[in-house]
Amino acid sequence: MRREATLIATALLVAMAAGSILILIYGQSPARVYVALFSRTWGSTYGIGQVLFKSTPLIFTGLAVAIAFRCGLFNIGAEGQLAAGAFATGLVAASVHAPAVIAVPVAMIAGACAGGVIGAIPGALRAFTGAHEVINTIMLNFIVAALILWAGGEGAFASGTTHTALIDLRAAIPDLGIEGSAANVSILIALAAAVAVWFVLGRTRRGFELCAVGENPAAAENAGISVRAMTIWAMTLSGAIAGLVGTSTVLGYKHYFEEGMGRGTGFMGIAVALLGRNHPLGVVAAALVFGTLSHGGIAVSGICPKEIVDVLEAVIILALAVGAAAGHLDKKRKRA
Amino acid sequence: MTAALELSDIHKRYGETDANRGASLCADAGEIVAVVGENGAGKSTLMKIAYGLVTADRGQIFIRGESIPIAAHSPDRAISLGVGMVHQHFMLMDPMTVVENAVLGREPTRGLFVDLGRAARELVELSETLGLGIDPWAKVGTLSVGQKQRVEILKVLWQGAQIIILDEPTAVLTPGEVRQLFSVLGNLAAGGKTLVLITHKLDEITTIAHRAVVLRRGQTVAEMQKHDLSPTAIAHAMVGRPIALEIDKPACVRGETVLAIDDLEVAGRGAEPVLAIDHLEVAAGEIVGIAGVEGNGQRELCEAICGLIRPRQGIITLAGDDITALSTRARFAAGIAHVPEDRHHRGLILERSIADNLLLGRQDEHSTRLGLDREKIAATCRRAIADFDIRPPEASAPAAALSGGNQQKIVIARELLRPAPKLLVCAQPTRGVDIGAILRIHEAIVAARGRGLGVILVSAELSELLALADRVEVLYKGRISGSMDAAALARDDAADRLGEMMTGAGARGAA
Repeated sequence: MRREATLIATALLVAMAAGSILILIYGQSPARVYVALFSRTWGSTYGIGQVLFKSTPLIFTGLAVAIAFRCGLFNIGAEGQLAAGAFATGLVAASVHAPAVIAVPVAMIAGACAGGVIGAIPGALRAFTGAHEVINTIMLNFIVAALILWAGGEGAFASGTTHTALIDLRAAIPDLGIEGSAANVSILIALAAAVAVWFVLGRTRRGFELCAVGENPAAAENAGISVRAMTIWAMTLSGAIAGLVGTSTVLGYKHYFEEGMGRGTGFMGIAVALLGRNHPLGVVAAALVFGTLSHGGIAVSGICPKEIVDVLEAVIILALAVGAAAGHLDKKRKRA
Repeated sequence: MTAALELSDIHKRYGETDANRGASLCADAGEIVAVVGENGAGKSTLMKIAYGLVTADRGQIFIRGESIPIAAHSPDRAISLGVGMVHQHFMLMDPMTVVENAVLGREPTRGLFVDLGRAARELVELSETLGLGIDPWAKVGTLSVGQKQRVEILKVLWQGAQIIILDEPTAVLTPGEVRQLFSVLGNLAAGGKTLVLITHKLDEITTIAHRAVVLRRGQTVAEMQKHDLSPTAIAHAMVGRPIALEIDKPACVRGETVLAIDDLEVAGRGAEPVLAIDHLEVAAGEIVGIAGVEGNGQRELCEAICGLIRPRQGIITLAGDDITALSTRARFAAGIAHVPEDRHHRGLILERSIADNLLLGRQDEHSTRLGLDREKIAATCRRAIADFDIRPPEASAPAAALSGGNQQKIVIARELLRPAPKLLVCAQPTRGVDIGAILRIHEAIVAARGRGLGVILVSAELSELLALADRVEVLYKGRISGSMDAAALARDDAADRLGEMMTGAGARGAA
């Protein structure tokens, strides 16, 4: 536990140091940039709202990647799963005409189902043929993107555009009422999802079995757990949670699905899971960190290039990856 | 006279554990010294330090009187100083010939070319003087385990070793092969070589060693001369308190048949099945021992019974019900308990707590509709920890932090505390377990038999089978090559006869 904390703190410090050097080269004062980065995000209600808005999709994709990780699977396909989910959410929300209590859950479930199916495919391929999920999830990202474009051309997109028709506004998720900010109630849904994942993983039989498969598949098998079924189940659940991203972007913000929406969020989910140490509540904290940087980059763009903040993000990820790899080596050395 | 090998006040720390903290050892020429101690006492570390594989933090090493700076020690240096090591897991390349293996790293050359012919002649000479009977041109992959070990010995001798360290050399041998090995070792000692033997088998020490050095928690705690060596005395020194080596076993009361296996066949990689059992029965209240050299189908037998592998054909019944088509989970629910042969592989999740490991495989009975039943789990933990004396007695401690014996107690406790077990499938229950825990585990197995469980006990330790089993079946190449009932097991030559059957001699029904 202490090791983990040290690792995370080191990663953040290394990133700040690297950022400082770049800022100095650019000819700015690091202190000024960092103060601005903090005050323009967490220093105002608008800033907080934007951070929450940026963090919401990251919570979903971070949870998705973390669940797969806990089962020993590397889901790099959150990107495709969220696209399929958001697309489905957009289509369903536009065509279901019902009061909010029905329309919102139905649109969300549609997203989860679509994401779940896209997740289940590599899960089943892994379980039955041993084909590695890393390859298959990456490939599916491209396939999903292409399928959405094709479906869009065939009439799923409003004519002459690259987005779906406007949803029935009864399915829209209200915003948090912060002036000028896109922050909406879906952040609460994301938090609820994190708590639910925490409960499932830590307090239920299914979750116990999922983690057992991730930690020692041979022992899990000997405990009567079907490694195959658990692999499919974990990938399905992972995809379904990634598929909920549309709750925030479609139902809470744009009110339609747009080609390319949420691009990159799936990959950022890997970083979020890594920083959050695959723990659901850690994922929430990590999503807030990356959400802060994501809005912070825009917020400080008047003082220094936004790209410097991108570098900050990248260095955090790099430092975490190196730290994790070093820890792995350490373990190996001890075993020898 | 200067000692051939002397290690003095050796210290070595791994992370937060002291592997050696003041370990010493002294061996003279012509002497066989046994290094004994429980698992984790630091025997292997000490020997690896002597051979230069591990660098000590502190201490002194003398080889034939010459002081070796600890930081500069290495296997290469050890070999050139005449120290050789025979590892427990052989360091041989199967596709290469004996002579190629022997010269590896020290190839004799003639001009630009490796002179294998000369090396082969030398090996034959050595092999003949010692009666090893090794053909230098044989491919190592075609040799038996005992022969491979002799190749290892030949190799270190050819490389000029005067001091030979052997790490658990008998672990993989049959009783006959052990006797052969001991006669070779005796000849070597008589010829002036120094032999240092790591072992934990007490009877072997009394048979062969001139002296025993006892390690406990990284320290040398006793040096015992030949005339003081008795199993009880060594066990006492190893554990630090008097210990009973025998177990009280009431007479066997056979009940109904619990397990019946008919025409069972498990496919292997080749055409031959890895397991082919015509008939095997276990009754309630009976311990059926399964003897055999490792890799003769024992693992497949256990895993087929538990549903972890699918047999090609055959029927398995549990208390009269056909369970052949059931999943592992359903079989456990029907009354099978399984202690797998390798607790780290199939038995435990090392990173997890004792509590989580006690839950593993029993999650169904510890669940309610709302999730895991934490109170019931806590109750199971308390009971397991108390009944089996698991140390430390903290349910939240990670399994990895426990000694091998305590880890094994978790597995045994979990399986034996199942609600209504009928059959215990128990493989290598005391492998890598310290003496105190061995006794506790043996008691638990005998108690399970007393409660009317049928027990299948797979063990590589013949002494364990002889102490516990009511009947022993011998597996050879996946088939039952012979069996011995209680009367036959009570005879003095039981171990020898089992050994013969394990190598296929006098095989019954074997192909």
